[in-house]
Amino acid sequence: MSVKTIKVDMLARVEGEGGLTVKVKDGKVTDVKVTIFEPPRFFEAFLRGRSYDEVIDIVARICGICPVAYQMSAAQAIEDAFGVTVSEEVRQLRRLLYCGEWIESHALHVFFLHAPDFLGYQDAVAMARDHLPVVQRALRIKKTGNDLVALVGGREIHPVSVRVGGFYKVPTKAELAPLAEKLKWARDAAIEAVMFTAGLPFPDFERDYEYVALRHPHDYPMNDGRLASSSGLDVAVREYDQHFEEQHVAHSTALHSIRTGRGPYLVGPLARYNLNHDRLSPIANQVAAGAGLGPACHNPFKSIIVRAVEIVYACDEALRIITSYEKPAQAVADVRPAPGVGYACTEAPRGILFHRYRVNPRGQVLDAKIVPPTSQNLKMMEADLREFVTPRVTTPVEALTRQCEQVIRNFDPCISCATHFLRLNVERE
Amino acid sequence: MARGSKPRLAVWKFASCDGCQLSLLDCEDELLEVAGALEIANFAEVSRAVAKGPYDLSLVEGSITTPHDAERIHRIRRASKVLVSIGACATAGGIQALRNFKDVNDYVSIVYATPAYIETLNKSTPIRDHVAVDFELRGCPVSKTQLVEVLSAYLNGRKPDIPNYSVCVECKLKGNVCGLIAFGPTCLGPVTQAGCGALCPTYHRGCFGCFGPKEAANTASLAAAWRAQQVTNEQLVRQFRGFNACAEAFRKESEANER
Ligand code: SF4
Ligand code: SF4
Ligand code: SF4
Repeated sequence: MSVKTIKVDMLARVEGEGGLTVKVKDGKVTDVKVTIFEPPRFFEAFLRGRSYDEVIDIVARICGICPVAYQMSAAQAIEDAFGVTVSEEVRQLRRLLYCGEWIESHALHVFFLHAPDFLGYQDAVAMARDHLPVVQRALRIKKTGNDLVALVGGREIHPVSVRVGGFYKVPTKAELAPLAEKLKWARDAAIEAVMFTAGLPFPDFERDYEYVALRHPHDYPMNDGRLASSSGLDVAVREYDQHFEEQHVAHSTALHSIRTGRGPYLVGPLARYNLNHDRLSPIANQVAAGAGLGPACHNPFKSIIVRAVEIVYACDEALRIITSYEKPAQAVADVRPAPGVGYACTEAPRGILFHRYRVNPRGQVLDAKIVPPTSQNLKMMEADLREFVTPRVTTPVEALTRQCEQVIRNFDPCISCATHFLRLNVERE
Repeated sequence: MARGSKPRLAVWKFASCDGCQLSLLDCEDELLEVAGALEIANFAEVSRAVAKGPYDLSLVEGSITTPHDAERIHRIRRASKVLVSIGACATAGGIQALRNFKDVNDYVSIVYATPAYIETLNKSTPIRDHVAVDFELRGCPVSKTQLVEVLSAYLNGRKPDIPNYSVCVECKLKGNVCGLIAFGPTCLGPVTQAGCGALCPTYHRGCFGCFGPKEAANTASLAAAWRAQQVTNEQLVRQFRGFNACAEAFRKESEANER
């Protein structure tokens, strides 16, 4: 009997703290666990009783890497509960802010968390020794995204300007103008980044996922749209609970989201691209074609190329918004608290982020439900590991361990996000 | 540290959102320089490489919320020459310290289907409640410039130059009109430590205290001023219970208004 265990006590280059165990016995994968030991933080519990105007700052603290996503989903869910509609100008400005987060977060993931895997480095600092211009360029792309978030939102991490109904303060056209040059540079740099990622060595590995992403009549999805999937799902966001559920799994490390009656699904860049590439800007589309992505891509390792394409898109889209920007007459819509339930889903860099709030007549939260992208992908992460390892059981443990870590990093998991509801596992040594 | 070798930096995470350690990566202009001046010996968010201690400088993010973490922080302290806690989580227990006002079991059963699986402490506490801390850097998140200041002070063997006056001072320096009239009465600026450049008032809103109480903060007098403007006790309590809810001055004031 041969037994082999792939065990990573502490997954590096992911956000938050998790580990990984894959057990192989007699040439068969017998157990796959993505373990999470990030301590729970109880956001949904202490949101109860908080006023609607405090929720946005609080939920931002679920994740320092994608605070804008939390702010966008929360603001829109509360607006939904109150029946508030924001102006088109505010909608565009929110999109601009979100572009900034996509740029900085994707640049971080592509170059600092993911690319070193393909090239066999421990980290981007080591990678910089051989590829200094690539890393320097990456830092500057990332900075461009951060500059955008800082200008529109106030600061890069946990921006302060977003509020229910709009913004506390909106930028002037003149304030935004200097960003245009930086964004043009970043767009060109991102095009080079796409070519760089397309040239990486990819394992031969394709999967038959159910992709889930938002779908909007004319935009590449970010802040709004319907919930769509590659298996024909097409529903309004408020129907989320009828089609998705969280489950306990036997090995009991975490709750996993599934499509009700179907099983695991995939959210994130690959899902967005496969369902929405027809909504990319012409430049981004051309770059994607040039990188050989085609109309659909089913190799999860190639999500790194898709992320780079989305940086191109986000730069392009931000430029479009800045070019046609006029300062909104009103920074914020007329907001009157009303009792009800509000829903929203937006496209965080890592995939759809669902929020639901029930509020009382004074606009205080009665209960909250937040489903981050990582928890939606967890079950698929484990399925990918199983599929990946099965034909490779004879690979030496050390090499296989590195590849398994790479499988996890394909998902760009944000473990802090997921642990506001994940169950704590205390197996750690 | 042996002559010629670089000081070894380690970055550790406890209960947190990762935002404070990300601040280091957000120093795009300085990052490669920092990486050149220090050996990054342990920083899970950015590197697979894990070098054993001892470490010359440890940056600690996050609060202590589990029995396991309460032990882990001692091991880190023993392995570190200098230990700096960064952010509201590490210096005051963070937003997750809101549990400290409740029975944590109520929270567990709201969030988790099987509460029995949860191993968590009743309280979320700052690092200094467990081990000696050489310096505390405030903020939720910390300011990038202050973080770079802490690193360069360390590298040059001096004390970090971090102001301890209030946000109001920065707000005046910015030339802002005091927001009490412009955007409503509840601004925590007078009792909050500077560091953000009076960000919120500059963005037309009141400060919500993310840098925590300044030295000798007169919260009672601020609360009285708010009360005179019809701010309810309930609002007062919520205002002091944010990202630094369990920092001494804010905690006491919120409890005083709860009765
Ligand atoms: S202090 Fe704030 S920004 Fe820093 S880790 Fe804690 S929640 Fe995140
Ligand atoms: S707006 Fe706030 S921070 Fe600024 S001076 Fe007034 S009270 Fe102080
Ligand atoms: S003004 Fe107050 S709440 Fe706003 S960033 Fe500064 S310290 Fe934090």
